[in-house]
Formats: sequence, structure tokens, C-alpha cells
Amino acid sequence: MKVLVAVKRVVDYNVKIRVKSDNTGVETANVKMSMNPFDEIAVEEAVRLKEAGTASEVVAVSLGVKQCQETLRTALAMGADRAILVETEAELQPLAVAKLLKEVVAKESPDMVLLGKQAIDDDANQTGQMLAALMGWAQGTFASKITLADGKAEVVREVDGGLETVSVNLPLVATTDLRLNEPRYASLPNIMKAKKKPLDTLTPDELGVDVAPRLTTLKVEEPPVRQAGIKVPDVATLIDKLKTEAKVI
Amino acid sequence: MDDSLIPRRELDFLLFDLLEVERLAERPRHADHGRDTIAAMLDTAEALARDHFAPHNRKADEAEPRLENGRVVTIPEVGAALRRFSEAGFMAAVGDAEWGGLQVPYSVNLAINALFSAANISTMTYAFLTQAAANLISVFGSQAQKETWLPPLLAGDFFGTMALTEPQAGSSLADLRTRAEPQEDGSYRLFGAKIFISGGEHELARNIVHLVLARLPDAPPGVKGISLFLVPRFLPGPDGAPGEKNDIALAGLIHKMGYRGTTSTLLNFGEAEGATGWLVGEAGQGLAAMFHMMNESRVIVGNGAAALGHAGYRQSLAYARERAQGRPPGAKDPATPQVPILRHADVKRMLLAQKAYAEGALALTLYCGRLIDDEHTADDAPARAEARRLLDILTPIAKSWPSQWCLEGNNLAIQVLGGYGYTRDYPVEQTWRDNRLNPIHEGTHGIQAQDLLGRKVRQEDGAAFALLCDRIEATIAASRDTPPLASHAGALENILVRVRATTAGLLAAMAGGRAETALGHASVYLEALGHVVVAWLWLKQARVAQAGLDAAPAAAEHAFLTGKLAACHHFFAWELPRVGPWLDGLAVLDGTWASLPEDCF
Repeated sequence: MKVLVAVKRVVDYNVKIRVKSDNTGVETANVKMSMNPFDEIAVEEAVRLKEAGTASEVVAVSLGVKQCQETLRTALAMGADRAILVETEAELQPLAVAKLLKEVVAKESPDMVLLGKQAIDDDANQTGQMLAALMGWAQGTFASKITLADGKAEVVREVDGGLETVSVNLPLVATTDLRLNEPRYASLPNIMKAKKKPLDTLTPDELGVDVAPRLTTLKVEEPPVRQAGIKVPDVATLIDKLKTEAKVI
Repeated sequence: MDDSLIPRRELDFLLFDLLEVERLAERPRHADHGRDTIAAMLDTAEALARDHFAPHNRKADEAEPRLENGRVVTIPEVGAALRRFSEAGFMAAVGDAEWGGLQVPYSVNLAINALFSAANISTMTYAFLTQAAANLISVFGSQAQKETWLPPLLAGDFFGTMALTEPQAGSSLADLRTRAEPQEDGSYRLFGAKIFISGGEHELARNIVHLVLARLPDAPPGVKGISLFLVPRFLPGPDGAPGEKNDIALAGLIHKMGYRGTTSTLLNFGEAEGATGWLVGEAGQGLAAMFHMMNESRVIVGNGAAALGHAGYRQSLAYARERAQGRPPGAKDPATPQVPILRHADVKRMLLAQKAYAEGALALTLYCGRLIDDEHTADDAPARAEARRLLDILTPIAKSWPSQWCLEGNNLAIQVLGGYGYTRDYPVEQTWRDNRLNPIHEGTHGIQAQDLLGRKVRQEDGAAFALLCDRIEATIAASRDTPPLASHAGALENILVRVRATTAGLLAAMAGGRAETALGHASVYLEALGHVVVAWLWLKQARVAQAGLDAAPAAAEHAFLTGKLAACHHFFAWELPRVGPWLDGLAVLDGTWASLPEDCF
């Protein structure tokens, strides 16, 4: 079987995010970028399927600016066989990403699409679900375990109350949660090999997709600074404050 | 986020903007290592350093290796981190492809090592010793020795050591006594005691490859009688796998001030039948071979000291951003909130001094790394010879300057934290203790000074010194017309004229019968020339930073480059002026140190 993995280039999780002074977004100039951590888990899962002999080919896909090639090289260094970049300077919202992925899926005909449950920059948690709906495929979201057998997949999902196990048909869109696996580090020899693996570039126009944003960002702000607490002298004062100030009892 | 890691922008600045390491990919040996590849390698290094080296830095300090039933017990995190390091290919980074190496440029590997060293220098030391042993075998070993030992060393399956020091022969290697007796099968049996052998015994690798200096039975006294031997902890069996234990006894562990995660050992070779070993290189050439490794090791020691300078800087900077104390001058209202101590000029002074030391030191060691690359792979023989010469004269400085001044930086890091800095609840005291080793090992400060003044400055009629001065003058000439840097260029030019005169004076004194007095001042000379060299490298950094600022970069980059210029300015305002009085003293060559009778102490 063939597995398609979607990876997103985001601000590195160790970077302290700064909001742009004009409140239009976050500062990304000269900021370290890397692969969305949930997508690393998706790549790891796909590579493990290949190593287990279940998958025959792993194709990594990224969408966005030219520099997404670096993110794809990371996926290749982790073990993906080849990569596709859908290159555009345009802002891509989840619906546009899902539509573009649908066209890539149509070209590649994978049996499974793996992607992170959300990206750490916008935390939208939408792309996987939208893609499954557009394709009319089964979906297994928030996966912490994926088992493939007899043309079906058993997906253990992380839900609010605990773990839910679903059995779904292939082809499948699966989105990965943190506990699915521990992604490997790209080793130096594999980084060197990744340079020689094929990386193709497509454009939204070639795929016939209109990526115009459907949502408008009004304003981006820092979270409010947490106010300092106070010490109360006794329990009576605390009860009083809870009643009169916090009004919670 | 770990506060002690060296920021990526800093490494990128030094590697790509200052040293242009991506151009090394034009050379066949490094053809696979373009900028993208180097960046991806640094990504992996950073992730591993953060996830698997930094977290046990403190624990390894608190739980130093101990003996249990005759075996060395190390906390499990050390071995786990090194296994990941090896699996990711870092142990093989600079090795030849023929033996499983990746042919990463030396300069890039130094930057990678600095990242790991800032995170956890005592765990990194096992890796550095192993890489150094592999380098030595790849240069001096026989074909059979390479086949046997290089693949497992580069894979991190075996670790390496350097066994030079003996109880009676530390700085004075000429006096070492370990002896090697030839056997009929071409091997040797070694007998002798070695001390301060880092990584000398542990269970972290399947075998330990000791590179041991010893004397053959008919060897002349002194350094010419010293040969180099490869002596493994376990002798290879018929299949090459580690077999029977060699006759090497662990006589004890040494309890150090810092670098506590690295075992330091007393080893007795040949308590019974003799430890089996094999000659590496020619008989009598042991010290020359070892010095090949030592020279690179000395740059690596300086590089580690620079990394610890960065660690202390980042640790104290993080504290200064968070810790609120006092109010700005003029704000007397006690009802106003206190400000982070980073707002206070005196704290900024201590942080900028640390930045100038740490970033100046790393620029120096990576510059030397670039010279090592040029020495091996520059296009033509004259360029290689030139790199060799510059490296010769810069090596004692690259070892000593970071060791001395980044330790002073760590001292300031403690000061920034005040009382908390003096507790074991904060990392800066460990950083200082770790760094305190660096002026001592791989040749003490004094030995480096003797090497510089007694040997490097004089060799080839002063060719290396002249070349260094030429390089400094070229940077001065190029900076003279750049307005913000012109005054720095002028200051450096003035001091360089004096350095040349002082050097000539010292050489004349040595030739004129005052060698003992002159060499007694070698440490001062080392410090003076070291400051001049680092000032020069700061001027080079400032030129790159100024060019970047001229391109009107975004806010974060603007702040980074402005910080670079400020550190350069600090160095020229407060560090370079120290050189004048040192040169004054070197001109006088006061005889008190050399002449004072011992009973007057």
C-alpha cells in the first residue's frame, strides 16, 4: 500500500512567539521554522509501516512557500521515499489545504493519508476532517494507535473520556495524536541521502484549486498577562471574596 | 526550552556569515555538505542536545561515576544519550567515507560539538575522546589497524581514550616511564601506571581503545624515546569481536571538581603478564603522533570552554530577564513595580562582557576549525601550508583564551545571580566548576604559553607570526573606511605595532641569554596576543554585522546584529585596552619571577 503524509512548516516549538507590532499576525522573519510536531509523528508512523513491510511507498506532501522544501527534506531524511511541494506564496487556510490535498490524492492514489491532528501555529484541527469529507473517505482522528489488517484499520482515538477504538475501511484519513509514537531524529547519513531523493513541485493552478482565503483575520494579540494573586488573612475573608468579588459561590 | 543551548542564529552567523562554510562543498571531500545539509544536521544536533544531553547534565554532576564490585557504574542517561548520538551518525561525522565516516567539515563538527558541550560537556567528552582516537588511527594507523578499529569507533560501538599522563610525568611528558616489550608475534606487552585517564573505564561501550604513550626497551631517554600504542580493554577474538579482557586494571576513580559525569581513572597496565598492545606509527614517533591528536584536541578544549561560556551567559541572561529587583535610577516611588535586573546597567555590563568572551571565543575556535579544513582540503599546496602555519600559532591561543576568559565569564554569570548563583539550586556554579578544568587539561595554560612563545612564534623564522599579523592587517585595512568600525581598526593597528615590537624584543632577550626571564613571561604574552587575536575576530564579526544592518533587516535580526556590534564595541572599549599594560611589562621584563630564590617564598 501507498501512504501519503502531509507535513506543515511552522515556527519551531522552542521559539517564543512574538506578535507583529501591527497585530496582523506573528513574527516569522528570521524565526526558526521546522516541521509541525504532530506531522513528525505522522511521518514516523508512515515510515514504520514501510519498515514493517505494510507500506510500499511513503510520499510526503507540503503546501506553501518554497522553503517548505526544507520541511520535506526532513521528512525524506526520516525515511519518506519522495516528496511533493504544492508551492504558493498565498496564505493557505485549512479548507484550501484540504482541497489541494484532495487533488494530490487523486494523482497519487494512496491507500491512506496521514497527517497531524492539528498544527501548532493555528491549532485549527480541521484539515484532516475536511479532507476525509471531500474525499468521502473514512477518518480516524486523534490516533494513538493504528493497526492495519484485511483492508481495514483499527484506530485507537484519544477522546475526552479516554480511548475509543474504531474500525474503519480503507482508504483512510488518519490524524495523529502525541502518543502514537516517538518520532526518530533524522540521522546524518539519512540527511545526506535525502538530498538525492526526488522532490516534485506543483502549483494550486496546476491542480485547479482556488485557494483564496474564506476567513479574515481581524486581529492577533498576546494573551492577557496573568494578574498577580493576593494573600488573604483567613478563610472567612476568602469566603467573603468568593461571594462578593469572584461571585462564584 | 533549555537556557544553556547556543542559539541557532549565533551558530549560523559564525558558520555561514563569517566563515562561509557552505563554500567547502565546492571541494570533493565535502561535496555532500551544502548549506541545507549542514542546517539539517544542526537541527538534529539541537534536538538531541535539548532532549537527551541537557536533561541529565545536573544529575550526572550529582551522581558521579562510582565503583561497584569492581565495575564503574554510570547513570543510565549517559549511555542512552551517547547511543542516540552515535545512531544519528555524529560519532562518524568527520571520519573518512571509506571507514563509515561522513566527511562533515571540521568547522561544522566543532559547531555541533559546541552545541552538545553547552548542553552537557561531561557526556560529550566520551564522544570527543572517541572522535579524536579515530582521527589519530586514521592518520597514523596501519591498514589492518584501520580495518579493525575505525568502523566500531566511528559507529560509537567502541570508545577511545588518550593515556599520556603518569603520576611522575604530567606536563613533563619526557619523563614518562611506561614500557612496552616486543613480542614474537609483532605485538607488545605494556607495563606502567597512567593517571587522569578520562573515559578510562566504564560500561558505556563494548570496548575501550586506549592510545598509550610508552617506551621501547632500547629507547633513548626523553621525548625521542616515546612511542604510541593501541591497547584495547578487551582483546579482539578471532571474529574481531571483543573477547578476552586485557591486562589493564582500574586502580581507582578520581573525584573531580567538575566534568563529574566523565570518569577519570587511574589505570595500571600490566599488573600480571603485561597489557597487549600494538605499535601505532613509527617507533620513537609517539609524541609527534599524539601531538597531531593533541593539537586538534586543544582546539576542541577551547571550543568546549567557549560552549560553557555560552551556557553561563544564557543561564544568567534568562535569570536577568525574569528576576525583578530594584527600580531604574530616578524612580524612587516604592509603589512602582520592580524591574527585571536586565534593566540595570551594571547587570548589562556583566552580560555583555560574557557575550564578548563567549562569542569571541567560539569565533576563534570555529575559525581554527576552518583552518583545519583548509589544511586538509584547500585547493593548492601553498594555501594548505598557509592554513597549517596559522593553525600552528593560533592553537595555543584557541586552547587557552576561551579557557581563561570564558571561565571569567562564568564567574560573572554567578555574580549576575547573586546569592542564588552561589547555590546548587541554579546551574551557573556547575558551569563554572566544569569550565575550571579547561585551563588545566590538554596542556596547562603555562604549557600553552611556552608553546606559543618558545616554539610557535619562533618557528620558520617567525613565518607564522608574520602571517598572523598580515591577516590582522588585512582586516584593519578593509575596516578603515567603514565609519562605525574605523576607530576600532585604528586601535587594533596601534596595538599590533606594539605587539610586533614586543615580540621582537622577547625573541632578542631569549637569544641574548635571558631566555628564562623571557619564557617566565610567556603567560602574559599569551594573554596579550590572545586579546589581540580575539579583537581582530570581533572586528571581522562586526564587519559582517554592519553589512547585515545596512540591509535594513526585520526587528529580531536587527536586534541580533546590533548586539554583535555592541559586543565588539565592548571588547574594544574594555578588553583591548588591557593589552597595553601587559606589553609594558613584557618590554621591561622584570627579573623578579625568574630570579627570586625559592627560600624567599
